[in-house]
Amino acid sequence: MDLIVCIKRVPQTAEAEVKIDGSGKDIVKDRLTFDMNEADSYALEEAILLKEKSGGNITAVSLGSAEAEDTLRIALAKGADSAIRIKLEDFGELDGFKTAALIREAIKDIKFDAILTGCMSTDDSYYQVGPTLAEMLGIPHATLVSKIEVADQKAHVHRELEGGLIEHLEMSLPAVFAVQTGINEPRYASLIAIRRAAGKEIKVIGKEEISSEAKLNSTLEELFIPPVGERAEILTGTPDEVSKRTAEIIKEKGLI
Amino acid sequence: MANILALVEHRQGTIRDITYELLTYGRKLAEKMDGKLTGVILGHNTGDFTESVKKHAHRVVVADHEVFKDFNAETYQHALADIIQKENPFLTLIGNTAFGIDLCPALATQLGVPFTTDCIGVEIADKKVRVTRQLYDGKMDAHVYLSEGPSYMLTLRSGTCAAEEGNLTADIQKIEASITSQPDYKKFVEYIEAAVGDVDITKADVLVGVGRGIKEQANMSMIEDFAKAIGGVVACSRPIVDANWLPKDRQVGSSGKTVKPKLYIAVGISGAFQHIAGMKNADTIIAINKDPNAPIFNEADYGIVEDLFKVVPALKNKIMEMKQ
Ligand SMILES: Cc1cc2nc3c(=O)[nH]c(=O)nc-3n(C[C@H](O)[C@H](O)[C@H](O)COP(=O)(O)OP(=O)(O)OC[C@H]3O[C@@H](n4cnc5c(N)ncnc54)[C@H](O)[C@@H]3O)c2cc1C
Repeated sequence: MDLIVCIKRVPQTAEAEVKIDGSGKDIVKDRLTFDMNEADSYALEEAILLKEKSGGNITAVSLGSAEAEDTLRIALAKGADSAIRIKLEDFGELDGFKTAALIREAIKDIKFDAILTGCMSTDDSYYQVGPTLAEMLGIPHATLVSKIEVADQKAHVHRELEGGLIEHLEMSLPAVFAVQTGINEPRYASLIAIRRAAGKEIKVIGKEEISSEAKLNSTLEELFIPPVGERAEILTGTPDEVSKRTAEIIKEKGLI
Repeated sequence: MANILALVEHRQGTIRDITYELLTYGRKLAEKMDGKLTGVILGHNTGDFTESVKKHAHRVVVADHEVFKDFNAETYQHALADIIQKENPFLTLIGNTAFGIDLCPALATQLGVPFTTDCIGVEIADKKVRVTRQLYDGKMDAHVYLSEGPSYMLTLRSGTCAAEEGNLTADIQKIEASITSQPDYKKFVEYIEAAVGDVDITKADVLVGVGRGIKEQANMSMIEDFAKAIGGVVACSRPIVDANWLPKDRQVGSSGKTVKPKLYIAVGISGAFQHIAGMKNADTIIAINKDPNAPIFNEADYGIVEDLFKVVPALKNKIMEMKQ
């Protein structure tokens, strides 16, 4: 099976202080750490597992700045065979739709049986790229995918719905699968593999190689700190003091 | 006229709650523009659905066919593309649910309609659509304009507005299904219920919810010990299940369980909306998180901004002392 995996390098914001930059449209990124988007690392692992079963090639594609090449090298170290970076710096403002359109152009000469993406990225949370790309390519898609089993060019696919209910689909290939976290256990790249990947070529393409007629569907006007409603009463003091107060609160509620 | 369409979402014979939120929100937007709200039902044996929806919309368009009994984004896309072209609404609203996520981007792309997803607010002025979206793990909000188009499409996050009682009597328009069999390339096979384990977190009075802040599987025993001391049960956020540290039936949130304990202690959980959706109705919520800006503190009653590895053992001791 020949596979394409779409990967994004994203800032890790869950535990960090996030501030708005001078433009008012972006966050201050210089003190944040970056990593492969969580759902994308599951999509990559799923591609590697499919390849291990049935052979074939994996192409990793990332629309990103030059630093995204580090993330692509991790993908190469884990098991991707080749990598393409689409120059973010060439294409101005993006949304999910334009991202899908650019990926479509970048992969147009590559033969594939399936494209895997993460179901969403943690930075701008679009949930859009996978299904939009599928529609542009005229092939079927499934999002929030929690299982893929392939036999005879047919895929049995599970989608995870609310409450953990599973939707079981039968799909033909080629198709696009937007993968949900937890579908597998992403491997770590070994040091030897990382060293080997450091020497591999990454194909870099920009506005000379591809063009896209795609217009933006949406334009970001401004970022702002989410308004807070009634916030928690914050208990202050040493761990011992806050623990004492917390235990008292729990007792007052009759739960001890 | 600026009319709005809202898609009725149903599963296993029941209309899903998000539907009434979409209808409430859609109706308010429509009325502001002197337009009408149309509820769209694609389903099978839709009599009861129509009865419920007609109080909430000015019009209801119903296509009743076996092919729409269970959700298949492909058949829904086909039928909705047809309906939207005929109805020519200003805006189509779909839930930002597992169903809407699968449907909206492909449908809007097919129609060439500007769209965006996971909106938590929509304003319409001078025929321009401005939405509010959340970025960066819920730590930023953004105002986003949709590009000018012949029509617009959005998915709306559940909880964006409270569903209100309906007092309308919609005109019902039955239409033929424009697709009558599932395409060979994408067929719905079945629903598979989530596995049930031996612990039912929905029945516990006290839940200790553990999140990615616990860092390593080896640290999970600390949480187990703490839960035992307080007479509670361990629940968790999604990453803990993804890592296989706890079974799926312990997961709290939109793709896990909805719980209503007397006390929910969130330990090392950031408070993503998908998690909040599952525990916001707990009587009392206490959050322990070292990040003062973690969204969980907007939901909790009491917050402790501190390293959980310091607080949890200390709190366990205090509780043990009190019990003596
Ligand atoms: C379709 C869909 C469905 C989903 N369904 C669910 C669901 O049902 N339930 C769910 O939970 N999630 C769900 N998610 C995932 C959700 O978006 C978040 O990714 C997830 O809830 C984050 O879990 P977390 O808070 O444990 O981890 P993180 O967001 O990584 O947060 C970890 C927190 O721990 C804190 N922390 C770290 N170290 C310490 C320390 N030493 N002391 C104190 N605090 C510390 C950090 O400050 C941070 O706030 C879903 C996502 C999608 C796309």
